[in-house]
Amino acid sequence: MPSAVEMIGIEKRFPRVVANHDVNFSVEEGEIHALVGENGAGKSTLMKVLYGLYAPDGGTVRVFGKEMREFSPAAAIAAGIGMVHQHFMLVPTLTVAENVMLGMEPRRGPFFARGRAETEVGALSEKYGLRVDPGARIEELSVGLEQRVEILKVLARGARILILDEPTAVLTPQEVEDLYATLRSLKAQGKTVIFITHKLKEVRAITDRLTVLRRGATVGTVASAETSQEQIAEMMVGRPVSLRVEKTAAMPTAPVLEVRHLCAEKLNDVTLEVRAGEILGIAGVEGNGQSELLECLSGLREAESGEVVLGGEDLSAAGPPAWFRAGLAVIPEDRLKRGLVGDYSVADNLVLGRHRLPRYTSTGFVRAGARDADAEELIRRFDVRPPEKSVEARSLSGGNQQKVIIARELSRVPRFLLAAHPTRGVDIGAIEFIHKAIVAERDRGVGVLLVSAELSEVMALSDRIAVMYGGRIVGVVSAASADEKSLGLLMAGGKAAS
Amino acid sequence: MSALFTLETAAGTLNAAAPLILAALAGVVCERSGVVNIALEGIMLCAAFTGVAVTHALSPAGAAHASAWAPWAGVAAAAAAAVAVALLHGVVSIHVRANQIISGVAINILAVGLTQFLCYLVFKSSSNSAVVASLPRWGAGAFRYSPLVWFAFAAIPLVHLLLYRTVFGLRLRAVGEHPTAADTLGIRPVRVRYAAVALSGALAGLGGAALASDVSQFVQNMTAGRGYIALAAMIFGKWTPCGAAAACFLFAFADNAQIALQEKIPPQFAQSIPYLLTILVLAGFVGKARAPEALGKPYAKTD
Repeated sequence: MPSAVEMIGIEKRFPRVVANHDVNFSVEEGEIHALVGENGAGKSTLMKVLYGLYAPDGGTVRVFGKEMREFSPAAAIAAGIGMVHQHFMLVPTLTVAENVMLGMEPRRGPFFARGRAETEVGALSEKYGLRVDPGARIEELSVGLEQRVEILKVLARGARILILDEPTAVLTPQEVEDLYATLRSLKAQGKTVIFITHKLKEVRAITDRLTVLRRGATVGTVASAETSQEQIAEMMVGRPVSLRVEKTAAMPTAPVLEVRHLCAEKLNDVTLEVRAGEILGIAGVEGNGQSELLECLSGLREAESGEVVLGGEDLSAAGPPAWFRAGLAVIPEDRLKRGLVGDYSVADNLVLGRHRLPRYTSTGFVRAGARDADAEELIRRFDVRPPEKSVEARSLSGGNQQKVIIARELSRVPRFLLAAHPTRGVDIGAIEFIHKAIVAERDRGVGVLLVSAELSEVMALSDRIAVMYGGRIVGVVSAASADEKSLGLLMAGGKAAS
Repeated sequence: MSALFTLETAAGTLNAAAPLILAALAGVVCERSGVVNIALEGIMLCAAFTGVAVTHALSPAGAAHASAWAPWAGVAAAAAAAVAVALLHGVVSIHVRANQIISGVAINILAVGLTQFLCYLVFKSSSNSAVVASLPRWGAGAFRYSPLVWFAFAAIPLVHLLLYRTVFGLRLRAVGEHPTAADTLGIRPVRVRYAAVALSGALAGLGGAALASDVSQFVQNMTAGRGYIALAAMIFGKWTPCGAAAACFLFAFADNAQIALQEKIPPQFAQSIPYLLTILVLAGFVGKARAPEALGKPYAKTD
């Protein structure tokens, strides 16, 4: 029996980079196969070649033993390949049935046979257990349901091989479980699944085998169950990586941030304290008030009542400038929305917020010399790659964008650091670097408030953990005594198990 | 104010609404596919001139002795010229991927000068053409209109059906919202957009022909901003055929009302009423209208 997919010696060059170089990749029919690698390792490029969105510059692609001669989505679909893109390819104003049937619409003369389309989509969703209302508009659906529609779209085209590009990046933990169940049932029905990811945990949870790419080349293919997370990480990064956070016991001193009975939108009587020299982690399912708390603690949102004190100064009604003067540093939730100006150079981004200091400005003009010299120094110290001060921040990878933000924020020499999802969408190598930087700040005596959607990150990094649910702090535990199960219970609104 | 609501004003409103409706429907078809069509004004003007010039050329003995089919040939020529101009806009915005606003404005400016120049060549006057044979008038009483006016009313449900009930309409809307999604499903966004632009041109061309056929001649810059008012109507109508047409009726009513009002208030002010209404409507009522997501963004496969 031929392999479902065989890609041999694939070469794909772009004007400035070689995205795939001599990549070999093969997937057996009926398996769930992970394609892993850091951002920019060439995973998406390889899959876009397989799906016909890119024509390769060299190499051979065989699908079920048949060589692909034409590279177009239409040819790929005809060969039985379907792709669920990371950024969903759904038309938000159209219905589920319209989206699924687009391009292969049932017709009555020139007219779109809506009833028939909805019946067909309903039957399909029944068959694969992907429950969704065929008549609902996409814009009314949750992200998890949108993903189901994407999978239905692919199945409706008779796909035997499904490519899923970072399918869990946008899902809640419950939705991830649902997705796993779906993938297992697809596998049981004989479908082949290619699963692109950089999350090591899920690789081992759901896949049979995995192939690692690094810098556009294949590192190897191994059985998922027989390979440890550390081994996979090493294959991805090319050197041993510590997945655990190395830190000594905290030596907290006086409180630096005190929040008392804070009420604001979505926040209901929040009281907490961060001491100098400790990391307080906030665990919780997203949407339970974390974003609003972050905004209250950086001057972006005014408190309705209650007190917020930083370093002895009441900042309940203060705007961001007062917060920064009081010693705040922020790693914001959304890098490109609040952390960086994407179209500015790295050097300009590094002086943002400090651009009025005499060092960087004179009589209204930017002192380019000082800016550039300091940028070069920070880029070196924080290992920003590529080490170019003049490239647009947007063009950097997520991890390097994050490093630019951290470089700028930490060079303020803060007394309080607000770190929101510091490693979201960041490569393994950069995660290690960022965790070390946060711990180093703590050891310097900075109070750190960490908010993360990844419970494992909160547990690994924090000294104390506060659980947020429904806009309240429902429990505070020391990290040493915390376990995933009791935290999970608190996060779901249950009472602390004592 | 009772003078505003006579049978004559009603008849006049419908007559004035027809070219606006055709232009607004042209705008809806084009913009729902993701191509901004600010060129409606220029397209209508070119069509109006072409229709008159062709009718004139086919009536060597003068308007009075023209054969019955000459004005119909003029209509066909107007539509064809409009499709050609629209496709020029299409090539610039879809193929060359240039800024669609600038392309549209350029066509509008070009159309004013070009029609004046050609008018001088053909009719030895740049301000207006000779009077040419006109289309028959259909209907009864005060409501006797050129067939193009009746076609404008019929086009409202037709465009609605096209957009919301046909496979082509579904694809057109998909391309206007998310061309990449359509592309990954084997639909060619570029082709769909060219088809939409051509259809848009034909509709706007018939609008221009309706304008000229109303007075049986071409007058320089006779569109007088109707293409822009049609765009405002399209936005006011939230990019839907029925909404846009309803807005056109409102604007046409305002246009007729101002003529009746000129006896009571200074005409300079009265004449500005339809345009003031356009601004007020756009500023006040549109609020939540959502443009097609990919409107004005040329589609490139590589990103």
